[in-house]
Amino acid sequence: METTRLIIVAVGGQGNLLASKVLGEAALISGVPVRMSEIHGMAQRGGVVESAIVFGDATSSIISDNEADILLGFEPSETLRALNRCSKNTKVITNTATLPPFTVSIGKGVYPDVENIKELISDKCASLVAIDAMKLAKQAGSPMSVNIVLLGALVQSGTLGFTKENVIKAIKSRTKKSFLDKNLEAFELGFQAAQNYSA
Amino acid sequence: MHKLLNDSPGEQIMLLGNEAIARGAIEAGVAFATTYPGTPSSEISLNLFQMSQETDLYFEYSTNEKVALEVAAAAANSGLRTFCMMKHVGLNVAADPLMTLAYVGVTGGMVILTADDPSMFSSQNEQDNRYYAKFGNLPMLEPSSVPEAKEMIKYAFDLSEQLSQPVLLRTTTRINHSNAFVTFDDIKPRQTKGEFVREPSRCVTVPAVSRQLHAKVLEKMSKAQSIGETSQLNIVDGSGKFGIITNGVSFHYAQDAVKDLGIEDNTKILRLGFSNPMPEKLIKDFLKDCEKVLVIEEGEPFMEEAVKAFAQEDGIIIPIKGKSEKLFSRLYEYDPAMVREKTALFFGVDYTPSKNLENADVPEIPMRPPNLCSGCSHRATFYEVKQAGKEMDIICPTDIGCYTLGFLPPLSMGDFVICMGSSVSSSCGFSQATDQKVVSFIGDSTFFHSGITGLVNAVFNNHNFTLVILENDITAMTGHQPHPGVDMERFGLDGFGRVNIEQLVKTLGVKHVSIVKPFKVKKSIETIKEALEYKGVSVIISQEPCALYAKSLKLLKPRAFTVSDKCVDHRDCINTIACPSFFIEDNKVKIDADTCVGCAVCAQICPENAIRPLKKG
Repeated sequence: METTRLIIVAVGGQGNLLASKVLGEAALISGVPVRMSEIHGMAQRGGVVESAIVFGDATSSIISDNEADILLGFEPSETLRALNRCSKNTKVITNTATLPPFTVSIGKGVYPDVENIKELISDKCASLVAIDAMKLAKQAGSPMSVNIVLLGALVQSGTLGFTKENVIKAIKSRTKKSFLDKNLEAFELGFQAAQNYSA
Repeated sequence: MHKLLNDSPGEQIMLLGNEAIARGAIEAGVAFATTYPGTPSSEISLNLFQMSQETDLYFEYSTNEKVALEVAAAAANSGLRTFCMMKHVGLNVAADPLMTLAYVGVTGGMVILTADDPSMFSSQNEQDNRYYAKFGNLPMLEPSSVPEAKEMIKYAFDLSEQLSQPVLLRTTTRINHSNAFVTFDDIKPRQTKGEFVREPSRCVTVPAVSRQLHAKVLEKMSKAQSIGETSQLNIVDGSGKFGIITNGVSFHYAQDAVKDLGIEDNTKILRLGFSNPMPEKLIKDFLKDCEKVLVIEEGEPFMEEAVKAFAQEDGIIIPIKGKSEKLFSRLYEYDPAMVREKTALFFGVDYTPSKNLENADVPEIPMRPPNLCSGCSHRATFYEVKQAGKEMDIICPTDIGCYTLGFLPPLSMGDFVICMGSSVSSSCGFSQATDQKVVSFIGDSTFFHSGITGLVNAVFNNHNFTLVILENDITAMTGHQPHPGVDMERFGLDGFGRVNIEQLVKTLGVKHVSIVKPFKVKKSIETIKEALEYKGVSVIISQEPCALYAKSLKLLKPRAFTVSDKCVDHRDCINTIACPSFFIEDNKVKIDADTCVGCAVCAQICPENAIRPLKKG
């Protein structure tokens, strides 16, 4: 089976570890081998959290620079920071809702212009889907569902080798029952937003 | 029921490496487990702690790794299957019992896990603990993947019993913190009570006994070596004239590299999973029909040096390379592309590494360093000590915990840290060697771990400094584990003792002890000033629960503050305490009501009294 390498970058608290677990579960249901690695030591203290997910036959569980097939960014400046993980063949999906780092919040740093971030990524990588996942999550009923909105957009890209139905099954088994309806709505909104996206 | 207790052989489940290791221990029938938490090992013990509450597994958070290993050593010498786990630097703390326990051995299976941290994702050094196995004469196993880690710990218990010797299981962060599918097997029944059979000629290590024991250890290691020679954990994969010798996660990078480079037909890989003692015969046989051999191992040239020595003994003259300027580094973790590139270089295979994307036009991206949380009491304490001592030239030895982050500006409180407990003892040295004022910081858990002996030293040798003990009622950094000062009823557990830090410090002979509540800013500064003026050892205990932990227990009900229009934009709040709840909007300071917990420290330092509780509604 061909190997697909996915990097997810997020800020601590955005729920990327849960997103990875859902993808792992979907891979299991679909019979796709998967290995994942995460760096989460300082997550609760506002740092960057990164997951590497390797689907298919490769045996490594981490992904080298320039070698991500897909980059899923939960926060636009973090997506841009992770460009070193990409090549001209990488498909990029990013949230456009910003979470400015503290240095920026207190006026001691400059946040890059989001339109510029989109242009840079579009120019350098194979494709870009940029959606306001926070807006869609709120529309689905919970700002906590940003991760699931982005999963919807990721699955729409058709790059993972498993079906939408299997990801929905995984969401059902991996997320809290009380959030299920909101999460399924969030997933669908993300899927549609990616489908309708035109740069 | 805890998910790792499911008696459902054949079930496939996605597990974190540390969960897989905990499950493996349960399947092996582990009865007794001890630890001091430390990343990247912490989730192993957390899961065992949770499972011990549902079963007759004995688990304890010990005060430090030395204590944990000594407690475990007794259980393992009473015939119980015993597991002691720690991060790599923890094994330094436990090194004293480790070296002699290896002489004494065990009667029940004992596994000691060391979680190494190449690249130092959350550690103060990246020491390679494989040397402890060699140094201490301990058999060592090293898994390459998450599922293998679960199987390996089970074998480690068997091996330990076969040799009557503790076995070292060595992982790295990429095993501990990777996820993969693991298949559950049967759970062996636990034997939770043992018996200690007196055996002074083995267990009482006076010189005459130890002289005998040293010889016995060498015999055991020679037996271990012969087991390792044919162990299924030492895998030869493929055949050909190119040889690769590897271990741990590097094995998979090497396998992928060989495939990617298309050299499967002329390359063979020896993966050492049973890596101490090194299987001499197996390695010599492997070398014999190789034209050249590449050793791929993160960290130090542990295998490389041994392999070269074996080659020398057999007069094998082929290039054997590993660490060098052009090949592999002794620094940091490896990755698949790096291993692919170095493998291609060494074996002379055509390969063009992928190019970095052009990034000259990418703007500077603001950093996102970790920060003390909103409402963290450490921030308040650091601010107050800084204010109290602003006329003085202060050196601040600090320690290992969340509060190490206090070294970052604008607090900038933290000048020297080398290991757990060093804040206190290094203060003794700084105060003697300089005329600067010394104020050091240590967390409550770290104080119990290894701060107490330093404080006794300070009292005895009459040193002159102020120690601030940050008592937040929990081991915060590693994920809220208990420590001896914690009220265990908060965990819903009874039957535990509790050590009172104030009483302890007074009993140790500290003459000047004061308590501050760091969210009372003015009063705290006054109290701290008095302590700083005292000649001799003074201790300040700053008491306030960890905000994250208190929130999770609902002990803290956040009550957000807001900046009123009295603000004249001094920005003292942002510039001196820099709580992450602040932000600037329309050129004005604002407070994020979603993250502010209402500690009110900023409200007390605002010269205009402009920061007020947010009215509900």
